Amino acid sequence: MINRVVKNAEDAVRDITDNMTLLVGGFGLCGIPENCISALVKKNIKGLTCISNNAGVDDFGLGLLLQTKQIKKMISSYVGENAEFERQMLSGELEVELIPQGTLATRCLAAGYGMPVIYTPAGVGTEVAIGKEVRTFTYNGETKEYLEEKAFEANFAIVKAWKGDTAGNLIFRSTARNFNPMMAMAGKITIAEVEELVEVGQLDPNQIHTPGIYVHRIFQGEKYEKRIEQVTVRKRG
Amino acid sequence: MLDKNGIAKRIAREVKDGMYVNLGIGIPTLVANYIPAGVNVVLQSENGILGMGPFPFEGEEDADLINAGKQTVTLLDGASIFDSAMSFGMIRAQKVNLTILGAMEVSENGDIANWKIPGKMVKGMGGAMDLVASAKNIIVAMQHVNKAGESKLLPKCELPLTGIRCVKKIVTELAVLDILPQGGFRLLERAPGVSVEQIKNATLGALMIEGEIPEMSI
Repeated sequence: MINRVVKNAEDAVRDITDNMTLLVGGFGLCGIPENCISALVKKNIKGLTCISNNAGVDDFGLGLLLQTKQIKKMISSYVGENAEFERQMLSGELEVELIPQGTLATRCLAAGYGMPVIYTPAGVGTEVAIGKEVRTFTYNGETKEYLEEKAFEANFAIVKAWKGDTAGNLIFRSTARNFNPMMAMAGKITIAEVEELVEVGQLDPNQIHTPGIYVHRIFQGEKYEKRIEQVTVRKRG
Repeated sequence: MLDKNGIAKRIAREVKDGMYVNLGIGIPTLVANYIPAGVNVVLQSENGILGMGPFPFEGEEDADLINAGKQTVTLLDGASIFDSAMSFGMIRAQKVNLTILGAMEVSENGDIANWKIPGKMVKGMGGAMDLVASAKNIIVAMQHVNKAGESKLLPKCELPLTGIRCVKKIVTELAVLDILPQGGFRLLERAPGVSVEQIKNATLGALMIEGEIPEMSI
């Protein structure tokens, strides 16, 4: 087996440089690559374009890279819950491209599947469609308009998994899966941080969500905070 | 006139046994509380859950298990977890039977606006554009008029659109209406204590009223 293991987050992000485009896994603060984000903050590279469903909160997740003004452009579907984000966006320091969530996921998928474009009805007739090619297809007896959307081209993908092995095979846990598998497939170089890194042979091949062929670097992260954005509970009884 | 829970309660009657349902944030989330016993439905959360359960008991929250509103939730027996591409795949392929969501405006031809107010902070459309573009059956929970008393059921939406010609049914504090295939709001039911006249006055888009309009039973 090919060994994909790197020492730590600093080692994993060693050749990420200014003005690169990064795919960053996670939904809200769930399943985000905490260690790699910290390493990027420390490295202080600038001008990043980040493709990620959300932009973290003020003091966690991608919000940390916004605080240090390392992000030039965000491509996301939903960006609330972040005052610094709002300030930078309104002042024009930060460029923001909002795209539908399913479009975001499928543009990652297309990259991982080697398909340059996809067609989706999401955004037809809205401002999302401006400047895009619209095609009409009849499918299952229904004739509809579809937007042509391009596969992402990103220098790096940074994802977080629950378990991984030294060959780069990944298993995700619960809804921390979200965008991580398709972003893992979409990076030219994919970095995976995992809560538990095991030797090959320790994971059941039938349970692998992302095969190691998509993962170029893997390491066991540390001190996962796993912050919860909204704790909602019910009373017992 | 209905309050938020009343609107949710009325919409819950549209949820039929065996449906896969996606509930949006706000009033639609409340619908889950009023689905009658014996009606088995599976709730989809677009971040990757089928079979979403209620909030966890205190102390049992799991940071890895949240819904599309980023709230901690639980899984019911028979639930499944999947990635975001598959989640929107099943939405696009119309496997999800019913989508219930909120709106700021709906037009008489079924256009919906619910994601952006020009001049205000724009948070994004999240999964709403994907849902409205693909779902076969879309029910909108909304206020009939805004705080200034102006109608939100319009000939044409003024706010930036989320999707076009997609809304099938609307439940407001005043009425239940559907959108006719050729366009126009058709009045189906009045909220308790609300007159047809009140609904007429609150609806700016074309309103079709045929025969006696029953008061809704909830």
